[in-house]
Amino acid sequence: MIRFENVGLRYGMGSEILQDLTFEIEPQSFQFLTGPSGAGKTSLIRLLFMSLRPTRGLIKVFDRDLSVIDKQELPKLRRKIGVVFQDFRLLDHLTTYENVALPLRVIGKDESEYRSDVVDLLKWVGLGERMHVLPPVLSGGEKQRAAIARALITRPEVLLADEPTGNVDPPLARRLLRLFIELNKLGTSVVIATHDIALLEQVDARRMVLADGRLSIFD
Amino acid sequence: MAQSEENNNKQASSADVKPPRRPERTKRLKRKSAPKPKSREQSDDAKLRPAAAIVPPQSVAGRALTLVVAIMSFLACLTVGGVSVVWDAADAWQNDLVREITIQIRPTEGVEMLREIDKAVALAQEFSGIESVRALSDAETKALLEPWLGEGLQLDGLPVPRLIQITVNDPTLLNLSQLKSMVSQKIVGASVDDHSVWTSRLAAMAGAVVVGGFAIMVLVLSSMVLSVVFATQSAMAGNKDVVSVLHLVGAEDSFIAREFQRHFLVLGLKGGVSGGVAAILCFILLDMLTRQGSGQAGSDQLSALFGTVSVSLPGYFGVFGVIFLVAILTAITSGLAVKAHLAKVD
Ligand SMILES: Nc1ncnc2c1ncn2[C@@H]1O[C@H](COP(=O)(O)OP(=O)(O)OP(=O)(O)O)[C@@H](O)[C@H]1O
Ligand SMILES: [Mg+2]
Repeated sequence: MIRFENVGLRYGMGSEILQDLTFEIEPQSFQFLTGPSGAGKTSLIRLLFMSLRPTRGLIKVFDRDLSVIDKQELPKLRRKIGVVFQDFRLLDHLTTYENVALPLRVIGKDESEYRSDVVDLLKWVGLGERMHVLPPVLSGGEKQRAAIARALITRPEVLLADEPTGNVDPPLARRLLRLFIELNKLGTSVVIATHDIALLEQVDARRMVLADGRLSIFD
Repeated sequence: MAQSEENNNKQASSADVKPPRRPERTKRLKRKSAPKPKSREQSDDAKLRPAAAIVPPQSVAGRALTLVVAIMSFLACLTVGGVSVVWDAADAWQNDLVREITIQIRPTEGVEMLREIDKAVALAQEFSGIESVRALSDAETKALLEPWLGEGLQLDGLPVPRLIQITVNDPTLLNLSQLKSMVSQKIVGASVDDHSVWTSRLAAMAGAVVVGGFAIMVLVLSSMVLSVVFATQSAMAGNKDVVSVLHLVGAEDSFIAREFQRHFLVLGLKGGVSGGVAAILCFILLDMLTRQGSGQAGSDQLSALFGTVSVSLPGYFGVFGVIFLVAILTAITSGLAVKAHLAKVD
């Protein structure tokens, strides 16, 4: 679904953060992306989400070559990918419910069409009681779940999650992980960037390890 | 693991179920909501407020910009009103002047002035479209000349030109050029003054005022457009996070532009309407002042020029046009500015 060939990335004039990445995210696959802090996990997630362009190499997303794609087409591709960033990126002036509904609003759906879906999903991630509060009063874990819910609401084909368990206690981290696994069983490809070793050990999944700009893959 | 989950069971109870899948979910919901009082489920939905604006309005619609737009639209409306007053006045002058023609007879050596006057009057009366022909009497001529030549004037001894005033009731019927040629042929020392020099000058002046008014309006509106461009750019910078989140949830540039545009349309309407209303109030006030205060020094001159200074219906339509234009311009400008901005940043 997403294919990298000899992809390299540098910020500005600095040295290459990522070098010669070659891999493919298969349909319905589940993988962890790990590596020490500063290894470039977030950068790789951003490359996968097309919010960053590589300095070299080929990226194909849903069989479309990113280097030749028109900027106007990116939103359509992005809608097939759900993403949870490390800093959540919730809008503080919208309620949890409105934040989660945002991807549907953006594609022009009417509220009556999606209301029950959003409410159900919020209950499912345990935010049924926090639906109408604004993100600033949510705890870190609650924000994280709101961000996850927002990424899932459009039933994306790929889910990219950057440190999705970074702000929650181990039991909740395990529940979120199970959520991702369930999602994967329903057909979504999942990429989880994390340096939480405990989390890694719970699932026997493909591991992509970033170190010194290089990627090693352990199937 | 199960144990630890009991501990924070509140979250666990809802989160520990299968992912949403339509058929399962409805079953699950039924099961779950059954024991609960129904009102809770309803209040969930009832509490949903109407969808909040994606771009927070207070981050866009700064008071200062609304004021700028209001002032600009006020100025543009005043210009429209002014142009309309001048236009109407020029029209009125023109009509008045064509309704009056003067024949001037200069005294010529060996020609009896009074006979020439009678001849001219008789001649003029034959033309159609003319209401009355009247030679100014000696007394009237004296009165006209008094300010220059002083009292106690004896007209008989002086080579003073005499005037015949013709009032026209239908300018379309009157053959002015024929009148002119007949008068100059048949009457010695006579010339016809139809004030056409005046009229054409006034028309030119009125035209210049109208063109100037439109130029001012274009300038005012373009500076408003520029203010809106700057304001949009700063609104975009202030809402960087919102824009990046919108990109992240797959929003197209046109969607983002619309979200911003919406606020600017409201802002433009607010500013435009308040500026327009202020201008209309000014017109009404001016109208009342010139009507009421006729006889006072300043207003006399105004009334002399314009009649009563009142903006006519087309002027008010112009004001509404300006309000509409301001709102549309604001919205379009901001939309274009957002798109230009989005095209630059990735
Ligand atoms: N926008 C940027 N401009 C310049 N350098 C950047 C930028 N973003 C990241 N970097 C650099 O790229 C490197 C990789 O950053 P990245 O955020 O991808 O690491 P990470 O693996 O996600 O780290 P962490 O585990 O702490 O989140 C870091 O050295 C960082 O300083
Ligand atoms: Mg990171």
